[in-house]
Amino acid sequence: MNASSSALPSRWERLRDSYLLYSFKRDIVAQISLVVFIGLVAVAVLAPWLSPMNPYDLAQIDILSSELPPFWIDGSDAQYLLGTDAQGRDMLSTILYGARVSLMIGFGAVALQALIGVCFGLLAGYLGGRIDAFLMRLADIQLSFSTLMVAIIVGALVKAIFGGETFSAYAVPLLILIIGLAEWPQYARTVRASVLAEKNKEYVDAARVMGLRSKRIMFRHILPNTLSPIFVISTVQIANAIISEAALSFLGLGMPETHPSLGSLIKAGFDYIQSGSWWITLIPGAVLIVLVLSINLLGDWLRDVMNPRLYKG
Amino acid sequence: MNAQAEAMTDNRIPTQNEESAESLLQIRGLKKRFSLSGDFLDQLRFKGGKLVRHQEYVHAINGVNLDIHRGEALCVVGESGCGKSTVARIVMGLISPTEGEISYNGERIDNLNSRALLAYRKRMQMIFQNPYASLNPRMTIQQTLEEPLRLHHPDWDRQKVVTKVEEVMHSVGIDPDWGKRFGHEFSGGQRQRIAIARALAVDPEFIVADEPISALDVSIQAQVLNLLMEAQHERNLTYLFITHDLAVVEHFGTRVAVMYLGTVCEIANTATLFAKPRHPYTQALMSAIPRLEDDRPQHVRLEGEVPTPVNLPSGCVFHGRCPYANARCREEIPLLQTQDDGTRVACHAVEEGRL
Repeated sequence: MNASSSALPSRWERLRDSYLLYSFKRDIVAQISLVVFIGLVAVAVLAPWLSPMNPYDLAQIDILSSELPPFWIDGSDAQYLLGTDAQGRDMLSTILYGARVSLMIGFGAVALQALIGVCFGLLAGYLGGRIDAFLMRLADIQLSFSTLMVAIIVGALVKAIFGGETFSAYAVPLLILIIGLAEWPQYARTVRASVLAEKNKEYVDAARVMGLRSKRIMFRHILPNTLSPIFVISTVQIANAIISEAALSFLGLGMPETHPSLGSLIKAGFDYIQSGSWWITLIPGAVLIVLVLSINLLGDWLRDVMNPRLYKG
Repeated sequence: MNAQAEAMTDNRIPTQNEESAESLLQIRGLKKRFSLSGDFLDQLRFKGGKLVRHQEYVHAINGVNLDIHRGEALCVVGESGCGKSTVARIVMGLISPTEGEISYNGERIDNLNSRALLAYRKRMQMIFQNPYASLNPRMTIQQTLEEPLRLHHPDWDRQKVVTKVEEVMHSVGIDPDWGKRFGHEFSGGQRQRIAIARALAVDPEFIVADEPISALDVSIQAQVLNLLMEAQHERNLTYLFITHDLAVVEHFGTRVAVMYLGTVCEIANTATLFAKPRHPYTQALMSAIPRLEDDRPQHVRLEGEVPTPVNLPSGCVFHGRCPYANARCREEIPLLQTQDDGTRVACHAVEEGRL
C-alpha cells in the first residue's frame, strides 16, 4: 500500500518491471560483460587521475628504465606495475591512456555512422522511389569494398596529401571520420528495413492525415519505433570500430606512437617480441580482446532480448 | 485573378445538378490503378525474340462519382477489395488518384501540395480501422492528442492546449487522468475512442471513417458507433463511413453507396435501399442478411467469384455473375441513372425496365 502502487508507473518502475532487466538478472555472462565493460570505460575515462605517470609528458620518461618487465618477473621495478615499453613509458599508464583513445574513436565513429546511416535509412525507406534506389545503390557499392580497404585508401591519401605530421595532429578526428564513413551502410540498411515495416502502419497514416511534415513524421514518429535494432547493431559496431582502429594503427595508418591507442601500442611492441619483451605487445593485446569481447557479449544478449520472436511467441 | 477564376470554373464538371449545391465533398470520375510490374527493369520481357515492356495494373477504382452532403453519414458498402478503402484514402490525400477530381466545398483539393492542404486537414479528419496500429506505441495519449492541436493552432498557449485535450477526452468518454499512459495500456475500444478523440481535437466538419468498428469486439462496436453518432449530432459532422456490415449501415447511414469492383452500382437513401434494392448486386447483398422471418424471398445465389481487378471484364463489371445480363451488358458500361425516387442505379436492366 505504498504510494507508488496507486500512481502511474514511473520510468524507474517501468524499467524494474521490464523484460530487459528480468533477463539481465538471469544472464550471468551479460552481467560479467557489463561489469568488465563499465570497469574498462571507467578506468579509461579516469586515466589522468588513475595512472601513475603521464605517457604524453616527455619529461617524465626515462629512457634508462626502458623494457622493464611486469612485477611478477625478476628484474622488475615496483614503480612500473606492468613494466615499461621501449621508450621507458609505464605500460599501465600507456594502456589506460590508449584504451581512452580507442574508446573515444570507437564511440565517435559509431556516432558518425549512426548519424549518417539513420538519416539515409529514414530518407530511403520513407521517401522511397529514386532517392531510395540511389542511396541503397550507394550503400551496395560501398559494401562491395572491404571496410578496411576504404579506410586504408582514405588514410593513405590524407597522409600523402597533408603529410604525416598533420595526420598525427588530427589523428583522432580523422580516424573517427574514416571509420565512420566506411561503415554507415550497416545502419542505413537496418533502419531502412525497419522504416519500410513501420511506414505502412496506420499511425503513420494518421500523422499524415493530421498534416505533419515528412521530417517530423520520420524523426518523431517512425524513428522512435526503429530504435531497438539500432541499439543492437550499435554494440557490434562499437566493437568493430575499435578493431578497425587497432588494425589501422597496426598498419601504421592510425594513432601515432607518441599518442598511442591500444592498436598502436600492439604495433610498437611487436618489434620487441622477438627480443623477449613480450609484455609490450601482449598486455595491450589482452586488454583489447577483453574490451571487444565484453562489448560483443553484451551485444549478443541485447539482440536476444530485443528480438520479439524469442520471447513474445 | 480573372484567369484564375476562369481556370476554377473550367475544373468543374458540367454535369453538376442542383443537389451538388448543398454537397460538401464531390468525387468526379475517380480512377486509381496500382502498378503490379515493379520498376522499369522488371517490366522488360522477352516475347517472340523481342524485348517488350510489359505492364500490369490492378484497377482498384474505375470511375467513381459521389457527392457527400453536409450533415449526412454516407455509408459505402461492398465486399473486400472493391475499392472502398482506396476511395477513403484518396479523399484524405494519402494516395493520389490516377484520374478524376476531389472537390471540397467546391474547391479542388486532389492537386494541392501539402502546405496548401494544411487548411483542409483541419476540416477533414480520418478514423482508421485498426486501433492497435493507429496509435504511435512510443507516444503517450496526451502527446498523441496534443500533436494535432499544436500543429494547427501554433498560437495557442500550453494551458489552452491542455484544456482542449481534456475536453475532447471527456467527450469520447476517456478519463483525462489517463493521458500519461501509452496506447498499449488500453483495450481496443478505448484505443478507438482515443483515435476518435484525436480526429475530433481539431474540430473538423468532415470525418472519413474506414471500417472504424470492424476490428473491435462485438460488445464494444455499438458503444463506439453510438459515440460517433453522438459526435455527429453535437458537432454537426459529416461522415464518409466505410463498412461491410449492413446492420451498421441500417443503423447509422443517411445514404448508402454500394460498390462492386471499383465502381458504384447504386446510391440510395438507407430506408429506400433496404426496402427496395434495385441493382441485381444490391439485391443479392440484401438477401444475404440473415433474418428471423421465414416468409421472405429466396436467398439470391450468385455464381462464381468476383473477377480479378487486373483484367477488368468488358461492359458492366457485374455481367459475369448477373442473372439478368444480356449482350448490351457485356459491351456497354452502365452509368448511374437517377430513378423517380432519387435512387441512382448503374444497370442496363433497370434502365430498360427488364427488372
